Amino acid sequence: MSSIPVVARPAPKQTPLPAKTRVELRREGWSRRLPFLPAFLVTVALTQLPFVLTLIYSFTNWNLLFPGKRSFIGFDNYTRAFADPVFRQAAVNTVVITATSVIASVLIGLALAMLLDRAFRGRGIARTLLITPFLVMPAAASLIWKTTILNAGGGVLNWVLTPLGGSDIDWAGHHATLTVIFVLVWQWTPFMMLILLAGLQSQPGEVLEAARVDGAKGWQIFRYMTFPHLRQYFELGIVLGAIYILQAFDQVYLITQGGPGTQTTILPYFLYLRTFRGGQIGFAAAAGVIVVIATIIIATFALRLVASMFRQEPNR
Amino acid sequence: MSVTKPLARQRVDVDRFRPPLFTKLLGSSITAGTWLVTLIFFFPVLWMLLTSFKHESAAATRPPTLFTGYTVEQYRSVFDSGILPFALNSVMTSLISVGIVLVLALPAAYALSIRPIGRWQDGLFFFLSTKMLPASAALAAIYVLAQELHLLDTVWVLVLLYTTMNLPIAVWMLRSFLLEIPQEVIEAAKVDGAGFIRTLWSVILPILAPGMGACALICFIFAWNEFFFAVNLTSTRATTMPLFLVGFITSEGLFWARLCAAATLCALPVVIAGWIAQNKLVRGLSLGAVK
Repeated sequence: MSSIPVVARPAPKQTPLPAKTRVELRREGWSRRLPFLPAFLVTVALTQLPFVLTLIYSFTNWNLLFPGKRSFIGFDNYTRAFADPVFRQAAVNTVVITATSVIASVLIGLALAMLLDRAFRGRGIARTLLITPFLVMPAAASLIWKTTILNAGGGVLNWVLTPLGGSDIDWAGHHATLTVIFVLVWQWTPFMMLILLAGLQSQPGEVLEAARVDGAKGWQIFRYMTFPHLRQYFELGIVLGAIYILQAFDQVYLITQGGPGTQTTILPYFLYLRTFRGGQIGFAAAAGVIVVIATIIIATFALRLVASMFRQEPNR
Repeated sequence: MSVTKPLARQRVDVDRFRPPLFTKLLGSSITAGTWLVTLIFFFPVLWMLLTSFKHESAAATRPPTLFTGYTVEQYRSVFDSGILPFALNSVMTSLISVGIVLVLALPAAYALSIRPIGRWQDGLFFFLSTKMLPASAALAAIYVLAQELHLLDTVWVLVLLYTTMNLPIAVWMLRSFLLEIPQEVIEAAKVDGAGFIRTLWSVILPILAPGMGACALICFIFAWNEFFFAVNLTSTRATTMPLFLVGFITSEGLFWARLCAAATLCALPVVIAGWIAQNKLVRGLSLGAVK
């Protein structure tokens, strides 16, 4: 298996029956569709309904703090959102934090995957320990990082750094963006490692052996064989990692509260603030609509990337 | 591998240039490096565990104490502070949502693989696309909707949202498992006169059981760890484990040991579930695309 096998089985050859009537064909179609419908309808209802409502609210001046006043105000929320410096800052922060975290976790994940791709004593245990950061509840991990590890006074990291000259650094306060990225990378590296490790292990061993016999050096094998082979695994890891990290909330809420100032305010946190601290349903909805439109534009490219894995699939 | 002879000769050549001792040393140092990196990655978890068994006075000292009197006092105080309602809410929201997800996802996955609907690719990508929409964008609407339906601060609002969140993952994952079942097995059942339900129950499900188990564990992981909706849509009655944890936030080095004990208890179920499912983890996380 050199490619990611998302391949559907070719349609079974149907014995040529006497031409089916149209009614029979339609019944056949519905009997196929029936098992699909419950999940489909539930998903449509639960994902699309809130977004339709979001769209409607985005044209109102609804504020939870002033429940009486509620009227349609056209595109006012949108113009205000575009003019809002905090919203723009949050968008930039989201892109910076997501991109940095995804890239860093892919690179570290690749290094770890390569280390784990060779036989050594206790490899299973090492893998088990390495995936643990991904499993620990993000809220719990955030609090542990914030207190016992990164705290200025009693955190372990500052103690480790003392011989290097640094000490009593208030990480969450003075290096807030770095702290958030650090915790996200710690959490998502195991995810990337697992995907890339699966990619490494799906390499046909005989071909690598043959290349070695032909005198290819280690880095040549990596550059011309392993790397191209891993390409779709990279794509998959990046797309899925970005989907999840874009929605990161726990780390910011629990470690930096979006601060200092608005330095680590990312979009989910911004929308939370406007909805619950400000009660600005209308404004938050408009900002949400803008976020969704931007996401759709980006996701279209991302989906095209993932869809390339379907190239070899037969149509039926 | 029919050319064993030249291969063996080549190996000897390589060995002459690279003495075994050097290779061995290189190998052990890479192994040592691997373990070092592994322990660095695992350290925060280990530290959480160690700190949770310390006395408060030893939890935030500098230099950090390793050999100190260990105690279970923190766990006792965490249990005394009313963890039970939170744990029950977490168990309920996770288990009910996982159950609903499996019941809905299995037929859908079947209709996208074994007996596919007309435009099954569109169906598949519809599910994936819902994962790409940031849920936070609809937070205001979801809040208002939950309020109108009197679902605020109930486990049901979380059950509904976690079902939506996990359904695409489960559909993709189960589909990839279903595709591995040989078509002949299903055809044979059909020839023997088994209907859809019967085929599903006595032919497909037994083969699919391990895959379903892994899928359930992965959905459980995401549901149990979810924080965003839990913190925004519940307040007193339906609060889940992550919110129990928030109650332990204190300023400047106070009660870290107790916080660590609470965090350990919150993280434990999922860490164990993940360790059990680890061989299928990558498949679930990649939505079945990577095996």
